[in-house]
Amino acid sequence: MANFKHKDIIALQDLTKQEIELLLSTAESMREINNRDIKKVPTLRGKTIVNLFYESSTRTRTSFELAAKRLSADTVNISPSTSSATKGETLADTALNLLAMKPDIIVMRHSVSGSHYFLSKKLPCSIVNAGDGVHEHPSQGLLDMLTMKDRFGRLDGLKVAIVGDISHSRVARSNIQGLTKLGSQVFLAGPPTMMPPGVERLGNVTVCDSLREAIQDADVVMMLRIQQERQGKTLMPNAREYARYFGLNPENLKLAKPDAMVMHPGPINRGVEMASSVVDGDQSWILKQVENGVAVRMSMLYHVCEGELE
Amino acid sequence: MNLLIQNGRVIDPSQGLDEELDLLVENGLVREMGRGLTAPAGVEIVDAAGCCVVPGLVDMHVHLREPGLEYKEDIESGSRAAVAGGFTSIACMPNTKPVIDNKALARYVIARGREAGLCNVFPVGCLTAGSKGERLAEMGELKEAGCVAVSDDGRPVVNAELMRRALEYARGMQIPVISHAEDLSLVGEGVMNEGFTSTELGLKGIPRVAEDIAIARDVMLAEYTNSPIHIAHVSTSGAVRIIRNAKLRGVRVTCETAPHYFTLTDDAVRGYNTNAKMNPPLREADDVAAIRAGLSDGTIDVIATDHAPHHLDEKDVEFNVAANGIIGLETSLPLSLALVEQGVLTMSQLVERMSCCPSLILGLERGTLAKGAVADITLIDPTLPWVVEADKLASKSTNTPWMGQEMKGAAVATIVAGRVVYRR
Repeated sequence: MANFKHKDIIALQDLTKQEIELLLSTAESMREINNRDIKKVPTLRGKTIVNLFYESSTRTRTSFELAAKRLSADTVNISPSTSSATKGETLADTALNLLAMKPDIIVMRHSVSGSHYFLSKKLPCSIVNAGDGVHEHPSQGLLDMLTMKDRFGRLDGLKVAIVGDISHSRVARSNIQGLTKLGSQVFLAGPPTMMPPGVERLGNVTVCDSLREAIQDADVVMMLRIQQERQGKTLMPNAREYARYFGLNPENLKLAKPDAMVMHPGPINRGVEMASSVVDGDQSWILKQVENGVAVRMSMLYHVCEGELE
Repeated sequence: MNLLIQNGRVIDPSQGLDEELDLLVENGLVREMGRGLTAPAGVEIVDAAGCCVVPGLVDMHVHLREPGLEYKEDIESGSRAAVAGGFTSIACMPNTKPVIDNKALARYVIARGREAGLCNVFPVGCLTAGSKGERLAEMGELKEAGCVAVSDDGRPVVNAELMRRALEYARGMQIPVISHAEDLSLVGEGVMNEGFTSTELGLKGIPRVAEDIAIARDVMLAEYTNSPIHIAHVSTSGAVRIIRNAKLRGVRVTCETAPHYFTLTDDAVRGYNTNAKMNPPLREADDVAAIRAGLSDGTIDVIATDHAPHHLDEKDVEFNVAANGIIGLETSLPLSLALVEQGVLTMSQLVERMSCCPSLILGLERGTLAKGAVADITLIDPTLPWVVEADKLASKSTNTPWMGQEMKGAAVATIVAGRVVYRR
């Protein structure tokens, strides 16, 4: 397969259009493995992958673990109960200890933005980002893009609306970076309290005044989770008012293109970001996103190992 | 020891001087200034050809970390860094462990400064007891013990009533108040400037208005109580505007900035560089421009360093948990000289901002080469190239964003009370 020169995958911001396309096309071929009776190939046999999750996660961790196992890698899951800083051991020390056990890849989720760059400078093994603070979540961005590509056969020229708490969303940042590189037009909406300064300069996106404006004629409507644990208490009056002005329901979904796809990175607050009827409706691609997650992560693990071999 | 400093360009704004003169130092005092002075017997001759001879530089904002945090810096290593940077006097902030809120500790700092025997070390005492922002510190006794100002630097006085009383009380004791101006409710969990860069890096931002609002409040309190106030480490365009307007109204406000605020923007944080993490944070290009304009027109009176040494273990961590601050004593002069080269300041204005004004604000009998003054003198070679290297810094800590970079200009000799304490 073609070259992928990076030791790590930390952010879609760091990847070129061609590298993102390569990761997506490899994921498409990996998907075939997931549909076999025997879902296993020997590609990464003998490789050791550590899943180091400082933040709780079921979906992403399981997805990475399955991806590794289907490629025949050995996996270990570690979930430090507290953050490195409060526990006493520094992140760097934890990583050096793990490194002494010779892993090939560390898949990490950490609440501090940039912590993956910090580690990647210290460790010779590959670092794959499973979410860092509110910076990026590249595997989620890639699986979202793969799902859109499944639906439309392309990403170029799509109108994608991303709605919700952009400030605290690493999913939004990865999608903005990836989608704009591949030619989609991205429109953002959310209360101004959840819109980070200068976001329009992140890959030339458009900030809209309302949800209606953003989803008008959209091909894709991506709703973000309201992350109450991240936001403090001052960003919105309450969930009821949020749902009224920024929630997706069958009514306002009609503003989008008739065949628009609806996405959500999960977990969903039903009745807040989205009405249940939309979550479970015909236009929802939410479970397909999850399904694509495994293939995308297989592709990521495969390519960072390739990079290491070169 | 007696000295004759020859052939230098003497720049002393306190006397309106900028010309080639010789300077005779006797018994620690400036004895004579003139052309073609001859050295009496037993006087050491210092050739200052190509150098500026200026009143010793004064840094009114350093952290020496002693007592309590000597692994970062102590009074001796900080003094060594100071004289290597051309400073003959430094004022050290009280946020040590314990904080300097009583005369015994103030006297300890002074005694340790004397033991080090390099530069003058003037302690700043706490503004409130324990720096807790609950009741006034014993400002009278602190002054008596030798403190030259009071401040809760490192944290703001949140309670406006207490700040009002602190200003009034300090006026009565004739001791200057230095304000660390920051609205903590707006700072929140921010770790860098709020702007495009924080959005892109996914780091929590500190809005500029957190500084502006706090400065506006303090300036209004100073105006209301007719008390002087000095604002520490100004970093925003809004702050410069507020202080400029206040000065025009006659409010007794002075302020300082630090070299990083007129040299770097928050772009320096990219790559999650913890050596660009400080408080207030590095801002944006228009703030840098406003700081330069404020220095140029005299709105900003002082260049201080906010020298904030931290151990490698406190910086070699994830960005969010890294300590705030950088060292500055040894890089301040070349970074400030760049302002002269770029036409922001004249050499004479530079000396005002780095020697005369801080002396005046703190009431030190320094910042002048007038006949009879204490011979605190810095010889500056404004073109000398050198590279910032960890093992050559006198400070115990190496947390600087300029590591490995070339600097232009340095102190080649630092003279305190007629004694050469540093020679490059």
